[in-house]
Amino acid sequence: MILPEIGHFALVLAFAIALCQAVFPIYGYYTQQEGFMATAKPLAVMQGLALALSFGLLMYGFLSHDFSLKYVADNSNLDLPWYFRMSAVWGAHEGSLLLWALILALWGVAVSLLSRGIPEKMGSLVLSVMGMIAVGFLAFMLFTSNPFVRILPFMPGNGADLNPLLQDPGLIFHPPMLYMGYVGLSVAFSFAVASLISGEFDSSWARWSRPWTVVAWAFLTIGIALGSWWAYYELGWGGWWFWDPVENASLIPWFIATALMHSLAVTEKQGLFRRWTLLLAIAAFSMSLLGTFLVRSGVLTSVHAFANDPERGVFILGFLVVVVGGSLTLYAVRASKVSTPGEFGWISRESFLLFNNLLLTVMAVSVLLGTLYPLLVDALGGDKVSVGAPFFNAVFVPLAAILVSGMAFGPLSVWRQSDDPKLFRPLIVTLIVSILGGLLWPIIFENEFATGTAIGVSLAVWVAIATQIDVFRKVRAYGSLKTLLARVERGIIGMWMAHLGVAFMIFGVVMVENHTEHRDLRMGAGDTQVLGRYDVRMKGIEIIQGPNYMADQATFEIYEGEHLYKTVYPQKRRYNASSMVMTEAAIDSGFTRDLYIAMGEPLGGGDWAIRLSVKPFVNWIWGGAFLMGFGGFVSITDQRYRRRAKKSGASAEAGGAAA
Amino acid sequence: MNRVLVWVPLAVFAVLVGFFFRGLDLNPGEQPSALIGKPVPEFLATDLYTGRSLSNKDLPNEAFLLNVWASWCITCQVEHPYLTELSQTLPIVGLNYKDTIPASTNWLAKLGDPYQMQISDPDGRLGLDLGVAGAPETFVVDAQGIIRLKIQGEINDRVYERDIQPILEEFTP
Repeated sequence: MILPEIGHFALVLAFAIALCQAVFPIYGYYTQQEGFMATAKPLAVMQGLALALSFGLLMYGFLSHDFSLKYVADNSNLDLPWYFRMSAVWGAHEGSLLLWALILALWGVAVSLLSRGIPEKMGSLVLSVMGMIAVGFLAFMLFTSNPFVRILPFMPGNGADLNPLLQDPGLIFHPPMLYMGYVGLSVAFSFAVASLISGEFDSSWARWSRPWTVVAWAFLTIGIALGSWWAYYELGWGGWWFWDPVENASLIPWFIATALMHSLAVTEKQGLFRRWTLLLAIAAFSMSLLGTFLVRSGVLTSVHAFANDPERGVFILGFLVVVVGGSLTLYAVRASKVSTPGEFGWISRESFLLFNNLLLTVMAVSVLLGTLYPLLVDALGGDKVSVGAPFFNAVFVPLAAILVSGMAFGPLSVWRQSDDPKLFRPLIVTLIVSILGGLLWPIIFENEFATGTAIGVSLAVWVAIATQIDVFRKVRAYGSLKTLLARVERGIIGMWMAHLGVAFMIFGVVMVENHTEHRDLRMGAGDTQVLGRYDVRMKGIEIIQGPNYMADQATFEIYEGEHLYKTVYPQKRRYNASSMVMTEAAIDSGFTRDLYIAMGEPLGGGDWAIRLSVKPFVNWIWGGAFLMGFGGFVSITDQRYRRRAKKSGASAEAGGAAA
Repeated sequence: MNRVLVWVPLAVFAVLVGFFFRGLDLNPGEQPSALIGKPVPEFLATDLYTGRSLSNKDLPNEAFLLNVWASWCITCQVEHPYLTELSQTLPIVGLNYKDTIPASTNWLAKLGDPYQMQISDPDGRLGLDLGVAGAPETFVVDAQGIIRLKIQGEINDRVYERDIQPILEEFTP
């Protein structure tokens, strides 16, 4: 009974530590007292430990069925299996905030442990900014969303159970990954704010924040992909993206972070775009916070909304004003002093990356506007409207196509002046091959011709070949593939992976969107339907008992000609505690297609409405996204970060001393 | 030029904040239910305790709250003391939603029964007619039997003062 109180106390302690972490280092910076600045790292580590304790005790509350905790009583149940009791910790509002705060603290610990190459002044300012963010979030939790609220003395004997939608392995990993991404962007943000405070805008801050940004981006990419995968197999509609406000809230920072990654490359290598990069670093994290606000305040409704409360909304909005408004004010005051030396030609890697940045920003803004439009109309006194997939597809698909066409040029161009036609000559052949590929693909795959598919497949081939050309050129320059892999910057390898990932993803998307075979049927025991090259036979329905649900389970046999290919078991579950009904689709995943069988409603007489689909290449969507994310992880394994950071750290310190 | 441009992001953000602040008051959780302004749908159900059949005629002839609850619902337990207090001044009709008779009567025996009447809706059929998404949900019905407001989630004094009381005053002659 005392353990939750310790957890609560650890949370309060973390708040107090965060307060010190926010104040001491920056006080030390302004009064030039190294002793105060040096507190930053140990405080960051202590905050991490306190939150880890608090989080661990909340999880223990779930594992030990401590229903005196309101949060546990609302989101767990005696019948809930242990692994879902663990993931239930972040299954609702309060706990997911605690996870958010824990991850923020862990990023702080990582910064304090891995920032040896960074000057003390900079490092402590960065941790101070991260401390300020933590103060806001921990205060939000303690004052409006405390997960340690008790129901005493009348504690319930059993809990209300975790939302059945969330009782899924996908939920174990999706939120932590997504939050790693969201919150990881706070590091780039803190570096940007710290450099605005200190007035040191040389390229070193770009070099320091680049690996952090790439890691955060990689987590965000994988987190979004997991979310999409989860929606695909758990929501029972077979879609992979719904343009739901919550999904959009994660997509907007992803676009900005993608732009930031590319812009940081320019700032680091060429010292250009400094102001713009600073703004992107601020914007990327601001968009994560905005996403949190939109999801948690109840300003927008969504299939994902768990707990909405206007009081919390006011708090997050206030927090948003302080963090985003504060940093943008600082930006406005300081950024005009940032000089951007050097020029670049009309055709150069800089200009291609500028083009990339503009498009990604426009995409982010259009998703933001589409998401907020209902709110804006409502606020202006109009009707309650909703903006759906047609809007997003209409705006988004052309922008993405333009962006992807440009992807071939960036890697093949060189810095500053890149108007030598030899650089781009192979692209003429690539263009012809990719257009032919798009046109001939229906013959290879034996499906009907669709313009969207032709364009999409052409784009995918275009990017894939252009990436190969770059690889080939580098191989030639290094002598062999082996030397290339050993010597080339890992960031380049990461980029190749990510760009190939984009190609795979586009291919998957156009195939699924244009060639999904889909039927809603009435089926009873013994009925057989033809689905593509398969015969699907419904064998029967039985009632089965799960740990915390009852289910109608159908048995389907899938025949390929005469040969029984596979037997699958879709379910319609009814969860005992909440009475919620969930569709558990049966999916046979494959490299070239998924077979998707979901149960609809009982139609009487033992018949059911059954949804059958063949989704060609659907796994390429997530495969591509994972490849992108892994590319990000590969790129930070580069030795040069550590080595160069040390050298330049020393020189920056020397420079600081001279000034 | 640049001096001005660098303020643009802040200005854009300020406009957004204005909208968000406005948006906080426009709670989209209060879905404009199709039933607002319409009478309580025709129903034929049974009394939770006696099994006697109940219909629209049995509803109170004054303004009342129709509270959708269940013994499996934790939030119902949380709002229960407040409903008990409220039942001194305002009649409350219970709609026992997707629940079993023993579980719900035990629950009422343990926590007390502030409800003037208990409609049993074990398979959620009346709930479906009312567009109920879950428990608790509360409908404010005026003296003419017209539904005036639907609230999803917990009833407490804040919700009462902010949402329910104005409606009651507006629609009470």
